Order: sequence, then C-alpha cells, then structure tokens
Amino acid sequence: MKDTILASKKYRKRSQIAEVWHRLIKNKGAVVGLFIITLLVLDALAVRLILNYDTQVIAQHITERLQKPSLRHIMGTDNLGRDIFFRLLYGARFSLSVGLVSVAIALAIGTTLGAIAGYYGGAISDIIMRTTDIFFAIPNLLMAIVIVTALGANTLNLMIAVGVASVPQFVRITRATVLTVRNQEYVEASRAIGRNELAIIFFHILPNCLSPIIVMVTLRIASAIITASSLSFLGMGVPPPAPEWGSMLSDGRRFLRGYSYITLFPGLAIMITVLAFNLVGDALRDALDPKLKR
Amino acid sequence: MDDIILEVRNLKKYFKTPRGKLHAVDNVNFSVVRGKTLGIVGESGCGKTTTGRCLLRLVEPTSGEIIFEGTDIRKLGRWEMRKKLREMQIIFQDPFSSLDPRKTVLQTIQEPIIANRLIRGKAAIENRVLELMETVGLAERLINTYPHELDGGRRQRIGIARAIAINPKFIVCDEPISALDVSIQAQILNLLKNLQRKMELTYIFITHDLSVVNYFSDEVAVMYLGQIVEKAPTEELFANPLHPYTKALLSAIPLPEIGSRRGRVILKGEIASPIDPPDACRFAKRCECAVGMCTEKAPQLREVKPGHTVACHLV
Amino acid sequence: MADNQEIVLDVQNLTVQYVLEDETVEAVNDISLQVSKGTTLGLVGETGAGKTTTALAILRLVPDPPGVIKSGSIRVGDIDILSLTKHQLEKIRGKDVSMIFQDPMTSLNPVFTVGEQIAESVLLHERVSRTEAYEKAKELLEMVGIPKFRSVEYPHQFSGGMKQRVVIAIALACNPKFLIADEPTTALDVTIQAQVLELMKNLKQKYGTAMILITHDLGIVADICDEVAVMYAGRIVEKGTLEEVFNHTRHPYTEGLFNSLPNIHRRHEDLMPIPGLMPDPTALPEGCSFAPRCSYATAACRERQPYPRSVSLTHTVRCTAYDDPNFMIRRGRHG
Repeated sequence: MKDTILASKKYRKRSQIAEVWHRLIKNKGAVVGLFIITLLVLDALAVRLILNYDTQVIAQHITERLQKPSLRHIMGTDNLGRDIFFRLLYGARFSLSVGLVSVAIALAIGTTLGAIAGYYGGAISDIIMRTTDIFFAIPNLLMAIVIVTALGANTLNLMIAVGVASVPQFVRITRATVLTVRNQEYVEASRAIGRNELAIIFFHILPNCLSPIIVMVTLRIASAIITASSLSFLGMGVPPPAPEWGSMLSDGRRFLRGYSYITLFPGLAIMITVLAFNLVGDALRDALDPKLKR
Repeated sequence: MDDIILEVRNLKKYFKTPRGKLHAVDNVNFSVVRGKTLGIVGESGCGKTTTGRCLLRLVEPTSGEIIFEGTDIRKLGRWEMRKKLREMQIIFQDPFSSLDPRKTVLQTIQEPIIANRLIRGKAAIENRVLELMETVGLAERLINTYPHELDGGRRQRIGIARAIAINPKFIVCDEPISALDVSIQAQILNLLKNLQRKMELTYIFITHDLSVVNYFSDEVAVMYLGQIVEKAPTEELFANPLHPYTKALLSAIPLPEIGSRRGRVILKGEIASPIDPPDACRFAKRCECAVGMCTEKAPQLREVKPGHTVACHLV
Repeated sequence: MADNQEIVLDVQNLTVQYVLEDETVEAVNDISLQVSKGTTLGLVGETGAGKTTTALAILRLVPDPPGVIKSGSIRVGDIDILSLTKHQLEKIRGKDVSMIFQDPMTSLNPVFTVGEQIAESVLLHERVSRTEAYEKAKELLEMVGIPKFRSVEYPHQFSGGMKQRVVIAIALACNPKFLIADEPTTALDVTIQAQVLELMKNLKQKYGTAMILITHDLGIVADICDEVAVMYAGRIVEKGTLEEVFNHTRHPYTEGLFNSLPNIHRRHEDLMPIPGLMPDPTALPEGCSFAPRCSYATAACRERQPYPRSVSLTHTVRCTAYDDPNFMIRRGRHG
C-alpha cells in the first residue's frame, strides 16, 4: 500500500479551468473587457446603496433641465432635469439583468432541445430543427417586438422576449457540437467499458460541448443588450421613467441639436458594454481551443 | 481438446446505403483458443475493423452467432451484455481520439473500475490505477496529465491500461500500433506480449501490417471485401500462402533488406465495390490466375491442409 | 555514381528553427546533403526528426513566422535558393523542383477536375495555350496509369491510390530536375503502395529525375532508394549508399531502428525496441541527442556534439563512440 498521500494530490497540476484562465488573461482585449464587465457588475449591485431611486434617478427637477455637463452634473441633465450620470449608473442594472436572464432562458431551452436533437437524431431532430429554422427566419428584433406586444411592456416580458429570440442559436450550436462529439471514438470506448448511455452523456459528451456554448453565451449577452435597448428605444421595453439606456437614447432624440450629450452618453454606455462582452467572447474562443497550443 | 474461448459463426454486418446494401462483413467464421492470438489481416475496406467492433457488439451485427465461453452474446440483454464486457475489452487504433481530451490519465483509467463498481473508495481506486500505470509503463508523475500533453506511445499505454483495468479475459486489438512511430511500436508490442503472458489473455489482433502479424499471432485470417479468404497457423500461412490475394499481400510488403523485391506480385486495378456484390469471387477482377468459374460462382472456404483453409476455385 | 554525376541539390549546414513566444524549436540542426541527377536519397527518421521541415526549407515553404532559416545554404543546380525573391521562387517551384505531400486526400482541390489541376501546373510554367496544356495533362494521366477519359472527373471520384498518382502527375508535369516526396505512400494500403512505388521507379528511370524520398519505413527505402540519410532530433546521424547503411550500419540509432522491426524470417526473435523517446526539440541535451537512449553511450558522448566522421568516401556517421578505434556496434559486427 502506498503512503497516505494520494498520488493525485502529490502531482497536482493546474486544473483545466485555471489553464483556460491563464490563456485568457494573456489576451489584452480580454483583460480590458473583463475589467469593464467587473465595473458594470459592481455598479449594478451597489448602485441601490448609493443612489436613492426616487429622489435622484426619476425625480424631475424642471429648474435644472438641459444643463450641459458640469461639475455638479458630470454628464449633464436631460429635458426633465434628471442627472444623466446617475441614470446611467442605474440603467446598468436593467441592461445587465436583461442580458443575463434572457441568455439564461435561451441557454436552458436551447441547449436542452439541441442536445436532444443531436443525440437522438431521426424524426425528433427533424421536428426540432425545422421549428428552429422557422424561428431563424424571423428577424430577432421583430420576434421580440411581437412577444412584447402580446405580453405587455415590462422588464420581465422583455427578458422573456429577448430570451426566446436567442433560443435558435443555442439549439443549432448545441446540436452541431453534440453530433460531433457523439461520434468520437472515446464515446465508443466508454460504451465498451460498460457505461450506460446517461452516464456517457453527462460524463463525456456534455463536458466536451461546453466550449462553443460558453463562447456563444458571452456573445449573446452582448447581442441581447442591444436588442433590449432597441426595444426600449422603440418604446416597447421597460416603461418610463425607468433609466434604461435604450429609452434614454430615445428621449434624447428631440434634443440632438445642441444637447447631443443626452444621447451620446447612453449610446457610449451601450457600445462599451457590448464591446466588452465581445472582446471577452472572442478571447474565450481562442483560450478554450486546446489545439491552439502549438 | 483445445479450449476455445470464442467462436464466431456466420457473422454478417450489412449497412443500408442509398446505392444498395453494403456487405461490410459477409459470413465470417472463426474460433480462437484461450491464451492465443488470432491475427486478422487486410487492407482498408476489408471489414476487419467492423468485425472487431461486432465482437463486442459496439456495432450490432446483422446476423450470426458470437459464442463467448459457451454463451451467444448476441442473445444477451443490455444489462447482461454490460456485465459480459468486463471480460471482453478493446484497444483502439487512434490513441488521440480514443481518449476523452477533458479527462486526466487517472480519470480515464479509473472509469472502467468505477463504472463496474469493482473497487470502492478513492484511495483504493487510485492505488489500482497506479498499479496499472506501472504495469503498462507510465510514470507515476503523469497521473494528472491530459492526453494532449503526451505523445502517441504514452497515450496508447493509457488505452491499454484502461482495457486491462478490470482483468478481462479477451481483448480485441484494433490496429493498436499503426499510428505510432517505429521504435514505439516495438515497445508497445512487447508490452502486449508480456501482458498476454502475465494475465493469460486471448487477443484478436487486427492489422494491415503483415510483418507485425507474423511476429505477434499464432493464427492468421486474411480478409478481403468482407470475407475471410484464407486462414492458417502463422508459420504455415507465411511459408505456403495459397490464395492469390495472400500471395500478393505478402509480396507487397517492402522488407528492410536490399534485393527483397524479386517476384513481387503487383495487383492490377482497384478494389471492387462492397455494395450488393454478385455471387462470384470478389477478387477475380484483380487476379492474375482468374478463370471463367471465378466470375460465375463464389468460392467457399475449404480445408486443404490440417488447420489451413482457403476460398479459391483454383486451389 | 554519386560523385561523377551532376549535383542537383546541395544543402550545406542548414539550420531551421521555429521561434515561438516562450521557446524555440530546434527543428533542423546543421545538416548537409547532396543529391545527384537520377539518384534517389531516402531521408529516414521518426516523427519530430525534422525531415518534413528540411523538405519544406528546400523550397522555402517553411511558414515564416514562426519558422526561420537560421543559417546554411541551399543550391538547386546553379540556383541559390536562399537569395531568390518571392517571384523567382514561384518560378522554380513546380518547374525545377516539385513536391509531393503525404496526404493525397487533402493535396487535391476538390472543386477542380484532375485534368484542370494538372494543366494548371503546365500553364504556370510553360508558354502554351490552354488546349495544349490540357492535352499534356491527359498524356500525363496515361503515364501514371489513369485512362485519359478520366481527366474530367473530380478528386472525390478517385480512390486514395489514384489520387496519389494524380499528385505525382502534377509534380512531374514540367519535368522537374528534382522531386521531393514526403511520405507519399504512408496513407495508402500496402498493395496500392506497391503499385505507386513501382510507378515512381519507372518514372525515375524514364526521366532521370533526382528525388528525396522522406519516409520512416526502411522497407520502402530498401526498395527504391540509392542513398540513405538517417535523421534524429534534427541532425543527420548517418549517411551513405543504401548498401553501406543497410549492410554496414554504423550508428546506434540506425541499428535501433532495424532492431525495432519484426523480422519476417526470424519471427521468434524478441523485438529490441529503443527505450525512451526522442528529446523535446525545445530542450535538446548538451552532447549527442541520442546519448540518453543509447546503450553504447560514454561520458564523452554526453559532453559534446559528435562531428561527421567518414567511414568511407560516401559513408559518414556522427558518433563520438568511434573515438575508440576498436568500437563497433553489434549489427556492424556481422557486416
């Protein structure tokens, strides 16, 4: 009997997650993106403790309306006298929550359907994939609009609408990955040593499908934020006076000449957030590919 | 009386394709004696790999009997078959794709032990894995490495350790060394031979390399387009090849000696299609000695000398 | 034969490295070789020995970055390859020097017919019309044993062996002085391999093309090569005529390669594999790269790089053990 130290602990190596992390942070874009995302998350979590929603974010101060950026109002005030900077800070909550929740919905539904289609094939796969194709044919935004119109415009319905619009992507990518992995020899090897099908799916197939799905998640969050903002811009998202970035863009439309900062700052906020997620998503794609090693 | 551990009767595997039925394995018969090695030799498309897979029912045969230690395993239900798999294992050709890239050496080798619930307790399982690693020649310090960090030879050793983890009686070796460098091939062959002696294993060794099969098997079956065309004890086959294809195959091996290519038989043409083959000798079109009967009727395997069977009208 | 004939390829002290961000791969280290008109040199070695890099370097096909030709000279006939411009290089590739790669499945473009692909090579290098080029393509197909009427078919309609013949036809289309074949038959079945080797031998005799044949299979070398160079960890450890390297082997690694092969005439002899693995090309040992695995290694072997030592006019070996004039490897004692 060997000594009490388990050999697996004696020769501990960096886990695969740590390995991916190290590769990720070598990419400068990813570092920038992660930094921005961290700031946003902290902001979204902490803003309620710092700002009072009623007095500082939605209260109207007509006397202070349309003030250009100054020391008192870092990004100026809008046409109803509300401080844009504070509204932006608060708006992060909406954008991030819609982004994350909608993708979570799409992930749950999409990967399940995709995995079933990929693993079982045949008629089930055909039904799922053809239905998905129908959804693919409808433009993202249009579908979200239809759903919001049917259900009513509020934050929850926004999340559902954007989520459903993102499902087809996840179905397709999950099915494609499952198909490839399913045919690998190590799955056959696993059968040969006596594993049952369920164990094979969870133990071998799913872990090897994660990479493309993770990348898709990051990229879809970016796109979900844009869709949500677009809906709000069109007046179909979170209802006023909520400081959702898209609505803020819409509000500032009438004042573009002369008071462009009202649209500029929310627009920049959306852009930077989406950029951050895209940078991380791209870098993740490279970091997760083990063949890129040499 | 020989102790026959495996007997295969009338094994067939047909695949349905849009162009017709593909006869991958067409009426294959053989038996293997316990503790010995049967080599199955042939080129790509001859059906040897499919045959190997059929023996473990990784590919379900279309028809036929596979009798392992007296039981026809084709008749077994799923759960019973999984139990049988404790005694019958397989080593794959490609040491890269046959290992899960996300599993460490430890996780890969312990999987059969865990799946079959033979040992319990993390420490006990790990000890068994270390034992296996030592048996196949893997250094202890590699226990947490991933396949892509290792070379082909070491990866193949992982595959072998996995196959012997639960002490099987019988292993199908599907071209286990084709993907390896020459000096590593020799190392792995020696390892397999030692394991056979130590663990009293029976092997079916599938390969396209005749010099390897000469070294490694007791009996050889030559396959062509899904059928066994000749079968004999190794020394006999190499000394007296009877089937024209066997002769061509033997003469085609480039030997590492100067002046060895005298009398080489160069086959003309290409391999025929395995889809809906007619009732004729499948080798006839490429055969130098073919006569009329060869294209009219399929030859049957006949024993022309003790232990030496051949399927050819001209023998 | 080797010295009297015209020298078609002359490589001197070639060193090629791959410079990566945290390490440098010493792929090819100070190799020299020469090929005369009409001869076939077999470049033998295992994976990672540097054979393919050498072949790519001759045509300057090594991806740069990260590959760098650190030093050395390469001459094809009178032409100094390393001093050519890109434009000049393109003129040579396919015309004076051709290359056949290992995998025929991926060497051919699936969207063009085989006739078109052969004709493309002709058109690039010779001043002929499309029709003439196409006619030549059909002739070349016949020459490699494929009926003319198949020139309008696509690669996927051919088997592996036939695809490789098409690749050979493309390589020989402009009658190059010299052909590099990188493991041309490894992906093929043994009977098809025999066909393709036979074809290559006939063509070689007919056209007098010099050839470097890269392979790990000593059997193929015995079949088709006139001279042999054995590579290990980026160096040529033994070089000579076929007869010399096979029957008067000098280097322990070459001996190890022969011992690893199952001998079809002596099946009960145990195989004697070379223990261990080829060293990591980013961390080559100080002295002889083979010393850690060599059963004859001395302290001197581990300290310094062996230099090429002449055994005969045509036979050289890099092995410090021969400092001792009485030293001989086991295989050499019989021949």
